[in-house]
Amino acid sequence: MRITLNVWRQQNAQAPGRIVSYPRQDVSPEMSFLELLDVLNEDLIAQGDEPIAFDHDCREGICGQCGVMIDGVAHGPQRITTCQLHMRSFADGDTITVEPWRADPFPVIKDLVVDRRALDRIISSGGYVSVNTGSAPDAHATPLPKENADRAFEAAACIGCGACVAACPNASAMLFTAAKVTHLGELPQGQPERAARVVSMLDSHDAEGFGGCTNIGECAAVCPAGVPLDTISQLNVDLLGALSPRRPG
Amino acid sequence: MATTTAAARVRKARRTSVGLKLAMAITGGLFVLYVLAHMYGNLKVFSGQEAFDGYAHHLRELGEPLLPYSGFLWVMRIGLVVALVVHVWAAVSLWRRANHARSTRYVKFRPVQATWSSRTMRWGGVALLLFVIFHLLQFTTMTIQVGGSFDSPYDRVVAAFSTWYILAIYVLSMLALGMHLRHGIWSAVQTLGWSTRRREPAIKRTALVIALIIVVGFLVPPIAIFLGVLE
Ligand code: HEM
Ligand code: SF4
Ligand code: FES
Repeated sequence: MRITLNVWRQQNAQAPGRIVSYPRQDVSPEMSFLELLDVLNEDLIAQGDEPIAFDHDCREGICGQCGVMIDGVAHGPQRITTCQLHMRSFADGDTITVEPWRADPFPVIKDLVVDRRALDRIISSGGYVSVNTGSAPDAHATPLPKENADRAFEAAACIGCGACVAACPNASAMLFTAAKVTHLGELPQGQPERAARVVSMLDSHDAEGFGGCTNIGECAAVCPAGVPLDTISQLNVDLLGALSPRRPG
Repeated sequence: MATTTAAARVRKARRTSVGLKLAMAITGGLFVLYVLAHMYGNLKVFSGQEAFDGYAHHLRELGEPLLPYSGFLWVMRIGLVVALVVHVWAAVSLWRRANHARSTRYVKFRPVQATWSSRTMRWGGVALLLFVIFHLLQFTTMTIQVGGSFDSPYDRVVAAFSTWYILAIYVLSMLALGMHLRHGIWSAVQTLGWSTRRREPAIKRTALVIALIIVVGFLVPPIAIFLGVLE
């Protein structure tokens, strides 16, 4: 396949960036998208050029490191992570634009790599339960209906990739925050801090500079973990509860 | 999660971006109810001049003698203005927040499932605000009089909508209103926490149907007047 990659190159956070074009003649449809970047980088290094910086770790869709904007869509044309995307998803002769996630709370570190620690700080502000850890409790010590367990698990599937922020026209991290709030809010252990959690996490979300949600739904449409849009409805319910002074937590 | 007291938590909760959205959803919901009632009143032009003018007069006598003449109308007006100020203030705050959240734009951005409605809420809202001001100047304060000056509300409406550019302004404004409500009604329901994955398609369909009813209901009288069905 012949593929032209238009890649965002940026030396560091302060430097202005620009798109650089890299035409390739030898792309195999079986290659993953990251392998194409690897091959391109080997050539760049051989020519004495600087390789393209991009984040990646597991290369099997579980770590959430490899997020980039591919042709205007977070993680490209399929609802999977970039490392799971293969060149067979593109046509011979395609020109593909590759950019970093764009959100002010995600400053560019270099080329396609952004600093996503703002998401970690939202978790530190309340995405946990305050219990003393000892030995693991028996699995059947706290009964839990299957429905709640499934819902908690679905929300807990979030890998923190940031695609929801990247795709959102408001650069809101509401789906990410809602996934965490739903995950813990469905479980008995999450109840005592439920009201305080949603307020602390939203406060942190806003303070990090993410935009407000306007229920457009681009986030859930690109989320590789399939976190559903109605987790945001559930977060809204929790916030409504937290507005009542009688609610504990 | 160190919120010290429930009162402190409530204060903090109100200041979040979701708190702002709740204000928008509640005021937006009031507008939808008002707009539906207003549409019902407009459709009375088809019952003839007497019925329409009688209805306009009756609105002023509503609540008497408990309320003074026009009292009910003034309660509505003040309520709506307060709601509008809150709605626009929250919209502008969220707009500014969103602009600061992405100061560098994508070279290439392709929405996957956003609708025209959902992506034009802000500029569409500004258009609606301009329309509301124009509409009040025309039919409430009567600062702008088109086609002559009349005592009867019916005559005023017929004269105005016999003018092509007035019709055009109203057609465009009602299309903008329809788009705003198509996304706005769904958005308000989700903001109030009533959406679930199973209900989502039905909520979106209902929002579309209500928006269509409002557009058609508001446009039928002006078009009928313009075509000479009513005079
Ligand atoms: C007749 C007048 C109006 C009606 C019936 C109306 C109705 C609504 C409703 C129901 C919502 C949904 C609330 C939510 O997001 O949860 C909404 C949102 C919104 N409205 Fe209005 N509105 C009106 C006027 C305006 C005006 C004058 C502006 C001016 C700036 C405006 C700007 C917005 C914005 C920015 C949103 C949020 C967008 C979103 O949530 O996606 N609206 N409106
Ligand atoms: S909610 Fe989905 S898109 Fe957002 S960070 Fe989690 S996995 Fe990524
Ligand atoms: S590299 Fe881990 S998800 Fe892609």
